[in-house]
Parts: sequence; C-alpha cells; structure tokens
Amino acid sequence: MGLNFTLKDTEEESRLIRLRVYSAVVIIILLVMVLVARLFYLQVIRHDHFITLSQSNRVKVLPIAPIRGLIFSRDNVLLADNQPSFSLELIPEQIDNLDKTIGQLSRLIDIDEDSISRFKKLRREKRRFESIPLKFNLSEGEVARFSVERHKIPGAKVIARPYRYYPEKSGLVHALGYVARIDEKDLQNIDESDYLGTTHIGKLGVEKAYEDILHGRVGHQQVEVNAQGRIIRVLERTPPEPGQNIYLTLDLSLQTAASKIMQGKRGSIVAMDPDNGDILAFVSSPAYDPNPFVNGIDSKSYKVLLSSRDTPLINRALNGKYPPGSTVKPFLGIAALMFGVRNTDEAIWCRGWYTLRGHDHRYRDWKKGGHGHVDLNYAIMQSCDIYFYTLAHDLGITKLNKALTNFGFGIKTGIDIGGESAALVPSIDWKRSALNQPWYPGETLIAGIGQGYVLATPLQLVTATAALANHGKRVLPRLVYKISDPISGESTLLPIATPTYVVGYKQEHWDFVIQAMQDVVHGPRGTARRSGANAAYRFAGKTGTSQLFGIGQDVKYEKDKVPEHLRDHALFIAFAPLEAPKIALAIIVENGGSGSSTAAPIARKLLDHYLLDESGNLK
Amino acid sequence: MKPFEQQSLSQRLHLDVPLCFGLLVLCGLGLMVLYSAGGEDLSIIIRQAMRMGMAFVCMFLIAQLPPAVIERWSLWLFIAGIAMLVMVLWVGHVGKGAQRWLDMGFFRFQPSELMKLSVPMVVAWYLANKTLPPNLGNIIIVGLMIIIPVALIAKQPDLGTSLLVATAGLSVLFIAGMRWKLILIFGALCSMCAPILWYFMHDYQKRRVLTLFNPEQDPLGAGYHIIQSMIAIGSGGIYGKGWLNGTQSHLEFLPERSTDFIFAVYCEEFGLMGVLLLLCIYLFIIARGLYIAVNAQQTYGKLLAAALTLTFFVYIFVNMGMVIGQLPVVGVPLPLVSHGGTSMVTLILAFGILMSIHTHRRILSS
Repeated sequence: MGLNFTLKDTEEESRLIRLRVYSAVVIIILLVMVLVARLFYLQVIRHDHFITLSQSNRVKVLPIAPIRGLIFSRDNVLLADNQPSFSLELIPEQIDNLDKTIGQLSRLIDIDEDSISRFKKLRREKRRFESIPLKFNLSEGEVARFSVERHKIPGAKVIARPYRYYPEKSGLVHALGYVARIDEKDLQNIDESDYLGTTHIGKLGVEKAYEDILHGRVGHQQVEVNAQGRIIRVLERTPPEPGQNIYLTLDLSLQTAASKIMQGKRGSIVAMDPDNGDILAFVSSPAYDPNPFVNGIDSKSYKVLLSSRDTPLINRALNGKYPPGSTVKPFLGIAALMFGVRNTDEAIWCRGWYTLRGHDHRYRDWKKGGHGHVDLNYAIMQSCDIYFYTLAHDLGITKLNKALTNFGFGIKTGIDIGGESAALVPSIDWKRSALNQPWYPGETLIAGIGQGYVLATPLQLVTATAALANHGKRVLPRLVYKISDPISGESTLLPIATPTYVVGYKQEHWDFVIQAMQDVVHGPRGTARRSGANAAYRFAGKTGTSQLFGIGQDVKYEKDKVPEHLRDHALFIAFAPLEAPKIALAIIVENGGSGSSTAAPIARKLLDHYLLDESGNLK
Repeated sequence: MKPFEQQSLSQRLHLDVPLCFGLLVLCGLGLMVLYSAGGEDLSIIIRQAMRMGMAFVCMFLIAQLPPAVIERWSLWLFIAGIAMLVMVLWVGHVGKGAQRWLDMGFFRFQPSELMKLSVPMVVAWYLANKTLPPNLGNIIIVGLMIIIPVALIAKQPDLGTSLLVATAGLSVLFIAGMRWKLILIFGALCSMCAPILWYFMHDYQKRRVLTLFNPEQDPLGAGYHIIQSMIAIGSGGIYGKGWLNGTQSHLEFLPERSTDFIFAVYCEEFGLMGVLLLLCIYLFIIARGLYIAVNAQQTYGKLLAAALTLTFFVYIFVNMGMVIGQLPVVGVPLPLVSHGGTSMVTLILAFGILMSIHTHRRILSS
C-alpha cells in the first residue's frame, strides 16, 4: 500500500483499533447477557409471581387535590373563598362516540368552541379513565336539564368542585391577584406530582407569591378497579393536607375607602405602617373583577380589558412609573444638608426663573414672578422650584442620585408579592449605557424637581416616605403578616424583615425636614394648608405636580379627551400622626391636576378615616 | 473507486443495504409496539412514521457527503453547538425554568441532540491526526472537549442526554486505544467523584437512584414506575400475552408507556422470545456498525463509526436496564421504538454518517 510516507504508523493504528473493537464486542456480549439473565429471571423464574400480581393488579393510585387556603384581610374579612361551582365532566373511556356525546350535551347546555378545543387538548394529556372538565360554571337550569337526561348520556356527569371566588370583586385584585387554570408555562415551574388533581394555580399577586403556602399537599387514594378500569371501591386513603390560610396586612375599611375615592380616576394609593412595613391600603385604579379569570375569561371580555385606554390590567402601585415631581424635594433637601451644600438658614432669591451660566434657557418656577427670598424650609413648604434647581446644580447628578437611592428610589422595594418595577434614578453611567449620550447639566436641574428621567412607583414613594417618618429606618413592605393552619387553627406570625438604615443624616436634619413637611400642611403658606386645616392630629406631607412631556399619538383623534390627558399628575406623600407615625401614604392621581388641590384632600380623608373614630376623636 | 457504471445501485446511492434493512425492520417493529402502547391511536403512528420518513431522508442526504467533508466540518459544528448550548441556557435563564429548546422561528431545535453527534465527531477529528494510542496530554484535551458540552447540558438540566453525550465522546477515546491502565485509573477517579455528584443532584434525581435500590419503599410515589414495569415484564412470560393484549399497558397501570417505558409494553406482549428477537435486530445493526468501523480506511472514519455504534448500544442498554429495574430512571428512550422525534432523528442521522464512511471507500486493489 502506498501509504508509507505518512509519519503515523497507520497499520499499527488499524490493528489497535481493531483490537479495541473486539474488546467492545466482548463487553457488549457480556452486558447483553446481564440483560437477558435479568429478563429470564423476571419472565421465566418469577413469571408466576408477576402473572398473579398482574391479574390482581386492580389497584390504581388516584390523586386527591388539596383544598386551597383562604385569604383574609387584617380585620378577618374573607377575601378569597372556595365556593362550589358545577362543572360538566366527561370520562373518555366510557364514551363510544365523543362528537355525538358532545352534540347531545350541547342541546342541553351551552358549550362554546373554546371549551371543546380545550377539552380535546386536555384529553390527550390525561388518562382515559380520568374525568376531564368540558364546561365550568353551569347555571342551575343547565344542571337541572342535564339531570333529567343524564341516563341517556353515559360517561358524562356534573360535579360540584370548589372554585376560587373573590367576594370583593375588583376592589383588591391588584393586591390579591387571582388563580386560574394551570397552563404549560406553570408546569415548568412546579413539580407536577404536587399538582396531580389540582386544576388551578396562583397567577398574580398574593395568590402567586404565596402559592406554596396556599396550595397544600396532594393526597392519594388507592382504588380497586374492575377489568375495564372502573372504580369498584376505595382501599386506602392518604388525605390531602389543605393549604394554609393567609392574613393580609390590608385594612379592608381603609382599602375600600381608598378604592371608592379613586373610582373613575386613574392612579394609585398605597398606605403603609412605617413601623413594620405592613401595607394598609394598596389601590391601583381602575381595577377589574378577577372572578372571570378563574375559569378562563372569554376572549372578548379580555380584549376589552386589554385594549382599554385606562389600562385596568396594569398594576400601577407596583409598575406605574411616574415622575415624582416635587415629592422628591424633602429627600433632596435633607441630602443637601447632609452633603453640606446647603445649611438651614441660607437663602436664595427666587425671581421666577433660573438660567445656567452661559445658557439662555429659562427654567421656570411654577409661580410666575417667583417666591422672593427663599430658605430651605420655605422652599419645601412653598415647593419653590428655583431653590431646588440651584440645590440640584450644587449637588450634581452623582450626589443627587445617591440622595434618592438612599431612600430606595430606583431600586425594587422587595415587597413580598414581587413583580414590581425598579423605576429609575438617572446617573451619568446610566445615560451613557442606556441612551449612549452624555449627561447635560440642565438634566440635573429638572431631576432636582423630580422631573426628567426620574421615575418612581407609588410603592417606592410610600416606602421612602416611611423611611423619612422613621428618621432613616427603612422597612420592607409586605402584604401578608399571618398564616394559620385550617385544621389546628394555630397561627404563625411571619417574621418582619430586618430593617436597613439610611446612614449619615443627623438628628437635626431629620427634624428640620419633617418640620418643613409639617409646614406644608399646617404652615400659613404651606401648599397643602387647606388639607391640613382643623386636623385632630398633626401630620407631615408634600405635594407634587408632575408635568407630562409626551402626548400619545392617539390623543389627537378625540378632541374632547385632549385636555384630560394633557393635565398634570397630582401627587401627595404624607405620614401621620407626627409624634408617632402610624401610617405613611403615597397618592398619585393621573392627570388629576395639582397635588395640592387633588391629591392632598384625598390624603386628609384617608388619614382621618384611619386615625379617627366615628365621633372624630383619635383612636 | 470503481467506475460509476460498475457500481451497484446501493453504492451509487451511498446506502448500506444491511444497515438499511436492519433499521427498517426495527422501525416497523417499533411502530407496531407503539400502536399498542399508544392506546391504538392511529394518528400517533402516522405522525411517528412521518418523522421516521423525514429522518431517513436526512440520513440519505448525509450519506452523500464524503467522510472527508464531515471530518472538516467537525470542529465548526462543535463550536456552533457549544454556542447554541450557551444560548439555550441564557434564554432559559431569562425565561425561568428548564430550557432545552432553541426556537428558530419556523422550527424548534434541541442543541443537546446535535452534541450527541458533534462530540464524537470532534473527538475523532482531533485524535485522528494524533498518534494512537493518545498520550496523556491529548486525553486531557479530549476530556475538555467532552466535559464542556456535558456540563452545559447537565445544567439545563438534562442528565440523561448529558450522560449519553459523555458516553459518545468517551467511546472514541476507548476505540482510539486509551490505555487500559488509564481507563482503570479514570474509572476509579469517577467512582470517587460519585459522592460529589450526589451532592449536586436534584432531589428528584436522588429519589430515582434510591428507588432503584428499594422500589417497595415508596410504592405510590417514585417506586410506582418500577414496580408496574416489572409486573408488566414478568407477567409477559416466555411467549407474551400477545400484541394488543397487555393488561398492564392497556389498563394504564404503566406510566410513560409509549416513551421511556415502551420496552415494558413490548416485554409484556411479546415475552422473552420477542425480547430475544428485538435484541437480535439491535445486535445485527451493532455488528454491521462495528464491521463498517473496522473496514473504514481513514482513522477518523474508524473512530467515529465505532463510537457511534457503541453509543447506540449504550442507549439500548441504559433504556432496557432502567425498565427492568437495574439502572436508575434517566430519560433515555429505546432507540427507534419509543415515541418522540428528536432523539430518533439524531440516531438515524448517525447511521447516515456510518453509511457515508462505508460507501465512499476507495477500492485500492480490485
């Protein structure tokens, strides 16, 4: 062979490979012998044993779904219930002609195409003897009609199963979330063996975040079946463990009052106990009724929700990113004291506008003609923009960024139900990486009045306000505080997360800024003095009115809508009572006008509601 | 090569008749078993047969490529495969939860399957240009070529496939003549690593291993598969209960009966005799594969053909071993019998490579 010129000893290598193939053959033969020996043992030696087992193998294991835990408000009102609902189910192995059976049934019960295709899909996934739902939520009339004819339709039955029901309807959906039928995406995140027999799973909100606790543990029953696989009797039962009941931190009365106020408006109200982070009210408006989602909302109604220009499906409290406007002023004011760029009695002259050196652009104050002589207290009380332009300019964007992130702006709060947005506190690095642009000094100015790139969620606003009320103690917001076992009745309080602290601020800084916020509502020149008048307690607050830059393209079509959508967002943050804060509050009313005229009165109403009894005295 | 006119039809088409025969018989038998296991649903059979047909077309196309071309592509295919595995992990990370698929718009693709072919190809490509048996340095490099994709696949997590990919790569090393002493040392090291592997296993994986040793311990949970599977096999006896007459499968006691546990259905219905027949078909295909390996002219072809054949055997052994309760339950299908497309296509493509190696030989002396 003419291959001698290669450096490799090809023939030697071929021999080596051939030898190895022979060794492989020997190994294969040995392993096959092991297999055959085992099969011989099973199929010949133990054949009698196994044939007996197979003939008496009439025992099947069927799952029993656990009962889902209930959800209560802090004041023991049931918010998520399990109510019996009738569903029509078919057992495929007992039906000869499925289409005929469905035809028979649709004469008695209204069955739409969606249900049929869903049924056919489920049928491929389930065993033949398993009961598969065809139609949920039968009316009483349908149940009655079916009962009369049922002897003519083998394999079909009506079953009462508990389904989730939310008695408060739309009032709590953004906090509670809802359950709906398990879909393929859910299957990727759960151990399927835990969900045998379970049809629904938490999709959103508390229902999703506390799924593990609410779900319980699946039970099993061993049943004896006859040769066709039909159940003859139950042999053994491992009962399922029901899910734990959950108690929300929400004060239902305050929540309802807040929802009522927000009816017909777009926006959000979040109230929190500054001491432990318990969310007392959690409103995102408009809301929607979660009940139709439980057994699958029909596509038409869903489209209506989805395409509504008021976007009810959006959880504004968690994901609404709003320019916080002047509500950032207390946080920047205290930072200016801490960083030493301002002291408490230093004043500036406000003539109604401000320009950067070497630029013509006038940054205007909300008040034409200006505020005149302004110190920090007056600047917060009167919400003077010029003071905060200069303050922001002197701080610079990097310290301004630090000042806001110290209080949790631009960072997820870590609320237990998750799914929140981080919103945004801009920085030079952020602008370079996100927009590939340098930072302009003018952008620092407008950041100083909570406009421009600065965005915050209502939840961030309330936690930041609570941190201010606490002199720097930052608590983790939470919606669930207690879990109780439905069988033993024993309840466990969930531990409160260890708070973190905003450090570097001195006691006199806190006192000064809180005094200024108190002057906002109680001071003679405060922007919200009308809302603070004649209060039975003293509180601190800050108004905000944030301007919208962009106008949606669709706005032009409906002329009468234009002014409404152009209007400013009204914001207000507050905490009360001043001496020992029991509630912190953030309110945003989209296109609501000014913070002082729209948002602040709402805050007063809710604070009164929470802090006062019926006769108007402090609780 | 003989002048074109003197070649037989099969040579012109680059098909190996014995291999084709073996595969077709196997696929036919597979469809028959699947019909019974799948609850006598004809649509499953039609879909499976269509997939088989498509796989055979792909096999035919691959067989047209000369082995030299396949050899040249080995490294690039490997690099592309690694890139796709990383992408799958990244997409999976973003989408949360296990992810094995790459969605290419019009079709979904499982890069880990590609690695079952690509890893032995790249190892064979690397070793073919080195002196055999490989020295320690080369073994270490090959080890890296194997461990990187295996780790990426195990992270998906898909333990079954990652073990098969590792086997495919290691088979090349074995065939290339890695010294027995090194093999022993390597084996010893691996068994010492077992406790570490145990530590990294998911709970459900641990449960499967424990179940193997004592299925009766948890008859309703993890042991249920194994117990029902052994009842099916044992009750089949020597001659079986007859096609479509298996009670275990038809009364639906047997889980996963059309996929990973289809061998139990076969054992129940066709008995020990049927099993021996099935093993004969498999061994015939394996024998032909090894024959092709020994008779290949280039080292690359020898290594790759033998390694692919050995991997095919490992499939069979692991699946049967798991169904008869000798190995833990890992998701390995029974080649060309289990329901499901992806792994079947890969297997048949491997035979396309074997045919390419065999039918492009140069006849040097007539």
